[in-house]
Amino acid sequence: MKTVALALLALIVTASAAASTGKSLYGRNCLRCHGMNGAGTPIAPSLRGVGAMAADFYLSTGYMPLQHVGLQPRRSRLVLNAKQITALTGYIASFAPGPPIPTPRPQNGSVSEGLHLFTDHCAGCHQVVAEGGYVTGAVPPPLEDDTPTQIAEAVRIGPYVMPTFSTKAISNAQLDSIIAYVQYAKHPDDRGGWAIGHVGPVPEGLVTWLVAAAALVVVCMLIGTRVGRES
Amino acid sequence: MITRKVVRFLDERSNTAPFLRKTLRYLFPDHWSFLLGEVALYCFIVLVATGTYLALFYTDSTATVVYHGPYVPLQGQQMTEAYKSVVDISTTVKAGLLIRQTHHWAADVFVAAIVLHVLRIFFTGAYRKPRELTYWIGLTMLMVTLLEGFLGYSLADDLLSGMGLAIAYGVALSIPFAGANLAALIWGGPFPGTHSFFARMYIAHVFLIPALLAVLITAHLALVALRHHTQFRSTRATERRLVGVPLFPGQTPRSLGLLFAVAGVLFLLGGLVQINPIWLWGPYHTYSATNGAQPDWYLGWLIGALRLVPGFDVTIDGYTLVPNPFWGGVLFPLLVFGFLLVWPFAERHATGDYGYHNVLDRPRDAPWRTAIGFAVLAWVFMIFLAGSADRIDVLFDLPYTAQIFVYRIVIWIAPVVVGVIAYRVCTELQAGERVERDRGRARREAEFS
Amino acid sequence: MRVRDALIAGALLLAGRRPPKRPRAREVPPGEPNPRAELLVIALFGLAALSACAFVAVYALDRIPDQTQFLGLSLGLALLFVAAGLIVTAHKLIVTEQLEDEYPPDEHPAEQEAIEHRVVDSGSRITRKRLFGLALGGAAGAIGVAVLAPVASLGPVVDMDPFYATPWRKGRRLVDQNGRPWRASDIEESDFYTAFPEGADRENVASPVVVVRVAARYLDLPPANRGYDAHGVVAYSKICTHAGCAIALYRTPLFQPNEPKPALVCPCHYSTFNPGTGGTVEFGPAGRKLPMLPLEIDANGFLRAAGTFDEPVGPSWWGVRMRGAHQA
Repeated sequence: MKTVALALLALIVTASAAASTGKSLYGRNCLRCHGMNGAGTPIAPSLRGVGAMAADFYLSTGYMPLQHVGLQPRRSRLVLNAKQITALTGYIASFAPGPPIPTPRPQNGSVSEGLHLFTDHCAGCHQVVAEGGYVTGAVPPPLEDDTPTQIAEAVRIGPYVMPTFSTKAISNAQLDSIIAYVQYAKHPDDRGGWAIGHVGPVPEGLVTWLVAAAALVVVCMLIGTRVGRES
Repeated sequence: MITRKVVRFLDERSNTAPFLRKTLRYLFPDHWSFLLGEVALYCFIVLVATGTYLALFYTDSTATVVYHGPYVPLQGQQMTEAYKSVVDISTTVKAGLLIRQTHHWAADVFVAAIVLHVLRIFFTGAYRKPRELTYWIGLTMLMVTLLEGFLGYSLADDLLSGMGLAIAYGVALSIPFAGANLAALIWGGPFPGTHSFFARMYIAHVFLIPALLAVLITAHLALVALRHHTQFRSTRATERRLVGVPLFPGQTPRSLGLLFAVAGVLFLLGGLVQINPIWLWGPYHTYSATNGAQPDWYLGWLIGALRLVPGFDVTIDGYTLVPNPFWGGVLFPLLVFGFLLVWPFAERHATGDYGYHNVLDRPRDAPWRTAIGFAVLAWVFMIFLAGSADRIDVLFDLPYTAQIFVYRIVIWIAPVVVGVIAYRVCTELQAGERVERDRGRARREAEFS
Repeated sequence: MRVRDALIAGALLLAGRRPPKRPRAREVPPGEPNPRAELLVIALFGLAALSACAFVAVYALDRIPDQTQFLGLSLGLALLFVAAGLIVTAHKLIVTEQLEDEYPPDEHPAEQEAIEHRVVDSGSRITRKRLFGLALGGAAGAIGVAVLAPVASLGPVVDMDPFYATPWRKGRRLVDQNGRPWRASDIEESDFYTAFPEGADRENVASPVVVVRVAARYLDLPPANRGYDAHGVVAYSKICTHAGCAIALYRTPLFQPNEPKPALVCPCHYSTFNPGTGGTVEFGPAGRKLPMLPLEIDANGFLRAAGTFDEPVGPSWWGVRMRGAHQA
């Protein structure tokens, strides 16, 4: 009985400690913009009901805490360690019921279906080999650092100006395929040699001028004479 | 012994020994910059060789098929036979990818070599009488080559080049009065056009344009040889006396060596550096797009122009006189090529110099020409840079919209600044040489007195 | 004995030792031999041969990964070794003469005159030169035009009707890429969807539309497009009115005060269109708004077109504002 009571007490203490760690982390990093209990302020959205999914995404990528209000959130150096992220995520999830952290299974997905879906829904912003791109007013990032979980989270959240794709638009099975494709795109089939960025003609033009043309001009100079060396 | 037999055989059957004897003593000026045209010629040879091979495997059909080949990410996807044939060349045909990539690198380097060659011709005044015809044939070849390259990479029907074709269609439509009619003629109707459109591109790319280029190259080289090369001024080289290395034995190993060097560089690139990996882009559909789509480098100046022009169509009541893409896609290249074509005339009239010129100017010897040439180059280059402003935003966080506004101003200021600087540099260099000459003369006088 | 003689003769032949020849007038001045350069060139050509053999070996052996790279390396090196050998030959083993020659004459007045006179003199029997020339030129010109006439078969040069035609008509259902019809309830805010007319060719530029649901606070359709939406669901041609790329970007803010408004964006030159105001151009080089497709919802909740686009689709051309789009 005593043991049970002690265990229960320990559990309550740890739980509240964790909650209070989450709370104190929230107070230090989020409160100023997102307000008390995630209610939101004129400069930041409400976090009530965003669930563990959003919290985990924004914190594990370093999108949040945001350095300057109004700028696009970008992947940055993490200021919180994994334990702190878990605690803070738990606290934010406790505001109101919301979506949990997704558990994608890209191994069940098909890379070819993924390419098809990625081209339809994603390539316009993120570029067909996920090297990132530009849309007026924002920079859709390259996806090479994203974990399968983060990809799944981003697709469902639609951070910043990204569209939000619900399960109606992209089912979980389809999402598995998209993630399978993005995983492939991190190291795609580069059977042609040095891939120079997978973005096509711009780096190709640089190689044309800075490698080929330069080399051939040097060869011409080796063959011919230069001014001042005429015979 | 063998040599004598071969020469005798040829002369007995073709009467060419006197001609050959003269030709073998044809003199080439020695300066390295005269080899740039040859680099272009050798790129063309590599293009024809590799292109012939590719044509034996390519299918110009737009019939849709479902892919069931070895490249996994395209499994089960719908694509045209054209695209599939290029995927097969890249994945299934042994050495196919090497030949394909070499062909594409050769095209890129071909245009770069022509541009370098044209720059040399322009800044040394080689286009002057009696070589204006040679110059115009060369410019025609440059324009034809740009089209040829565009057709070549559009034949693959991949997502990137398909978007480029749509833009070409939009630019064609933007020609006042007749644009839509011309586009309807070429495409066989509104985009994407008739099913035989790819056959038209194919025939143009593998037959019509190469034949035209072969004729133009022959005429160009014949004119060069008939009038003989120009040369830089030296103690022995004058307007009437040509100093150089004979075709045989001196120039032959040099030129042959350059041929092998060009081919070697191109095949090295073709095997080691990936270019246009169309299996990664996927097939083209009119309703599909990817971010970061760009044309090959030699059309990059046009995408910059298309992006810079503010959004307006010129209309008169219901008649759309000038659709927007006209300014960047049609007028801009017309102005640049028009400038190049008209320049020999303009310079003649402006300077009053209607004479023959076999001796070249150094850029500093013609400050106006150098300044104007650099100014136009700066204008084109700034517009070219504007075309990569989105990638600059992605890499360096400079807002795209702000860059566009800045470029719209800079493209008019930069040519003036660059032109003035170039003019100054030329005159300063000339002044420096005058000082050196005077100093030398004074020293010699002092020694004799 | 014979075999040994033959072998010695063969070796001597290969070593290139020749008996000294009688001197004669030289075409090319003599030069000093350079055995080291000779050896270098021979070695370079040998390396080239080896590289070329390596190319054939790599080609034949299919098992090698990165085959393209090894093929390119071996062939490229073979060619570069030959190039190096030839360049060394040019600099070190060939006598490079700096010869002089006269430029050909600027012109040949006598021959020019002779040609001119031949042409002029040959017309002595023609009395009506100008008329003759006109007739000849007219005939040649007319034949030229006639021969070129069939080029017009390449496409509909004069009939511009196809440029206004669209496969959309009143009542046509919107379907996705797989032919599945879209319901209005499928269209959620903050997402974008591609739709096609049921039964039509998907590659026709007038087919694809991008469908979005615009929140009430952003919806402000102009009078010409009033009623084009189906309870906030709007559809626009997916083909950019600038140069014809597919508009595959949708910018939708999560938290609007800090973020740009919703917009459809084209990836080619970044023409940016506002879906709430009838497709007006917000930024970029497009000179014309996006054509809008009027929508209605049928009894079963499916999205149907309520007509065709308010303007012809695709990039602008001279007649794009002269007529409306029509149902094909």
